[in-house]
Amino acid sequence: MSQWSLQSDLKRVRGLGSAKAGVGHWWAQRVTALALIPLTLWFVASVIGLVGASHAAVVDWIASPIPAVLLVLLIAATFHHAQLGLQVVIEDYVHREGAKVALILFVKGAAIVLALAALFAVLRIYSWGG
Amino acid sequence: MPIAPEAPSAPKPILAPARPLSPHLQVYRPQLTSVLSITHRATGVALAVGTLLLVWWLIAAATGPEAFAVVQSFMGSWLGLLLLLGWTASLFFHLSNGIRHLFWDAGLGFELKTTYRSGWAVVVATVVLTVLAWLWGLA
Repeated sequence: MSQWSLQSDLKRVRGLGSAKAGVGHWWAQRVTALALIPLTLWFVASVIGLVGASHAAVVDWIASPIPAVLLVLLIAATFHHAQLGLQVVIEDYVHREGAKVALILFVKGAAIVLALAALFAVLRIYSWGG
Repeated sequence: MPIAPEAPSAPKPILAPARPLSPHLQVYRPQLTSVLSITHRATGVALAVGTLLLVWWLIAAATGPEAFAVVQSFMGSWLGLLLLLGWTASLFFHLSNGIRHLFWDAGLGFELKTTYRSGWAVVVATVVLTVLAWLWGLA
């Protein structure tokens, strides 16, 4: 580190920058994006294969181990990625502090509720499979 | 020679200085790059809303055959099919353009010529993948 830097060593090693949050948000958005490339392609192909399938056939598919695990991963990555992205959109376009914070909290809360509901559904169906 | 004192100026009203403002989007001619950029956001928001369909489908499947039949009949209706078409097109666009963004994040593809080429590739990939998915699904 240059002796002319205005940052203290502690500031530099924490790596949190002026936003105080570091690159965590940016990085998580990219990692989930990368994971979603194969997961969404697999999901779309699977759903197309299930067009016109009966309830029993769809339940059988969800209850098999590989689809169940991949669905859990898909749900986790999707909702994490979605709430990170929506947060950025809200931060860019909503300038009133109260409305901005309220919307972000709503989006984060909704993402958690929807993700847990979807995960619960998958695990419930999986438990029937035995 | 002494400098003549300036006449006292009238107190100025407190106004924001006339600094240059950030670009007014409405005076720009739309370009492929800017259109794809805002479409990435729009499709991202659309896909986030579209997760409601996924959650509904999964919860209905976990509830039982009657609840599942309701989702199936909605998805097979004109409105359902239209939403699914929008959802697949949005997904393939966001996926292709997202890969383009990941290359940029790695520092690749910033040449103007390359950004236009990759941009058109995204448009073509979106159309081709959407058409293929529906041909396969309806076959």
